Amino acid sequence: MDLELLLDATVAGLLLGGFYAALSIGLAIAFGLLDVPHIAHPAFALVGAYGAITLQGMFGLDPVLAGVILAAPFYLLGVATYRFYHATFESRGSDAGLRGLAFFFGVAFILEVGLILVFGIDQVGVRAPYIGQALWLGEMRLPMRLLVAGGCALLMAALLILWLKRSFTGRAAQAVAQDETALALVGADPVKVKQVAFGVATATVAVSGALLVIVGPVEPNMARIYIGKVFAIVVLAGLGSVPGTVFAAMILGVSESIMLSGPAASWTPAVAFGLLLAVLAFRPQGLFGR
Amino acid sequence: MSDLALRPAAVGGLSSGWSRFWIGAAAVVALAWASTAFVANEYAFFATFVILQFVVLATAWNILGGHCGYVNFGTGAFLALGAYVAVALHKAFDLPVIALVFAGAAASALLGAFVGLLTLRLRGIYFAIATLAITVVVETAVLNWDYVGGARGITVIRPHEDAVFGTYNRMLVVLMAAMAVAAVAAARWVERSAFGRGLAAIRDGEDAAEACGVPTLRLKVAAATLSGALMGAAGAPLPLYMNFIDPHSAFGMNYAVSALAMPMIGGTSHWIGPVIGAVLLGGAQQAVTVTISSEINVLVTGLLLVGFVVAAPKGILGLLKR
Repeated sequence: MDLELLLDATVAGLLLGGFYAALSIGLAIAFGLLDVPHIAHPAFALVGAYGAITLQGMFGLDPVLAGVILAAPFYLLGVATYRFYHATFESRGSDAGLRGLAFFFGVAFILEVGLILVFGIDQVGVRAPYIGQALWLGEMRLPMRLLVAGGCALLMAALLILWLKRSFTGRAAQAVAQDETALALVGADPVKVKQVAFGVATATVAVSGALLVIVGPVEPNMARIYIGKVFAIVVLAGLGSVPGTVFAAMILGVSESIMLSGPAASWTPAVAFGLLLAVLAFRPQGLFGR
Repeated sequence: MSDLALRPAAVGGLSSGWSRFWIGAAAVVALAWASTAFVANEYAFFATFVILQFVVLATAWNILGGHCGYVNFGTGAFLALGAYVAVALHKAFDLPVIALVFAGAAASALLGAFVGLLTLRLRGIYFAIATLAITVVVETAVLNWDYVGGARGITVIRPHEDAVFGTYNRMLVVLMAAMAVAAVAAARWVERSAFGRGLAAIRDGEDAAEACGVPTLRLKVAAATLSGALMGAAGAPLPLYMNFIDPHSAFGMNYAVSALAMPMIGGTSHWIGPVIGAVLLGGAQQAVTVTISSEINVLVTGLLLVGFVVAAPKGILGLLKR
């Protein structure tokens, strides 16, 4: 592969990575910090994507704005989801792992079928002035849709880091990940803290769903290919690290992009899986592990 | 029923329970055989074929999932691998269907052994996601495999008549009935053997089991291999029955969700659980597909899975025991 092609692939990969970051930071909190086996995470994002499409259809909103508006109901959805998950699985203790997984798998499946029933199986997209446009950097073409997605992802990651570092709840969420009992001993309710954190994580999913449909048209069954990717990213990052998640997302984006421009392009879907296996085999605590 | 579930496992090896079991098993196969002579409705055969296939899949899933506690989301990959190996061999050599079943089982057993080796590093959710990723990888391989049609799918040409059973499809139904019985017998054996107790020990505390001298990796690989082989065997006759197979339907989420939902609904603690789940859910799926639509059918599957996992963690067996 010549150097120019490699450079092109790397830049495209960084942009793709930015989008992956948006999709993964919610999971970095939900799974990384809170240990919830949230397999339905990409399915939630897809619901956000269809929500953005619907809002645009009704009011002609810009998809990013639609995503931000959807963040509020998604926050409530997240709180409700965690409350339910806690009451049914966490507080019952034994065997929760297996059933929790089956639960979220079932939820993802229901959401997929629900989207098919409501929106049909065809691909749908959104309109926005920047979709289809590109920024030229010398010979290099930077698609605006990826720039927007990556930019929003970085902004969202920065806000999340700020929230985790500066706010009381954010710091409590990190404390819950470290030692739940200790948090209870100093008088904070771990379940309430987790509820809020899961809500925030789910709110980011709404925005990432909007970015998903900006990056390309969506169809109801596409969530499952993202499950491997987002978990590979979160594990590579080291559970719960937001900056690590952004970095890991870039790594996956660049790896996939280079693979895509090589001779074995059709094997690109396997990259995330290979990465996940390699991390778990050689560095299970991830790059920025807690 | 509660007496059945609580009976101590394998007292004295091949106890009278086995002779009763085999009588029942022979009755199932004989019934399937007899029905080919008397039932005229072709759709009834198709529904029976699908439900029996789900009995095999659910039972196979439970060997790794229920007994050992490793959640496999990749049933579609094992089933499709068996089906595609059968298609390739059928196209190349026109082997008899029994040979195709064994070939499909062997291929998926290999995949199962590989998945079993993954458990060395991957537990819990990581293992589950790896099986999902393996589905994507196997699907990618099939999409790039032009000999079996790639993304377009492939039409399978096979005879319509069968000397013994009348039509070829009826022969496949009897074959699937025999496979379902074999799968259930295997699961029943696993449950009552030292092998099964080792798996249960892994499920209940893998580190403790390892510390007590249970050869955890060997047992997990064996369980995954057996589970995979059964799924591959169940997949092999599928393209022959349908005359056609394509990656989209073969790797569909429906198999993965159903194979997991059926043991969860029936109950994972006893070999009869997956059978109950497969017959009830499989029957309901067929009924809903015919009377309403196939989308509603998969929706019902998902809702029942979530409903049972939440409200009846031990499945129908647990409800009966109470």
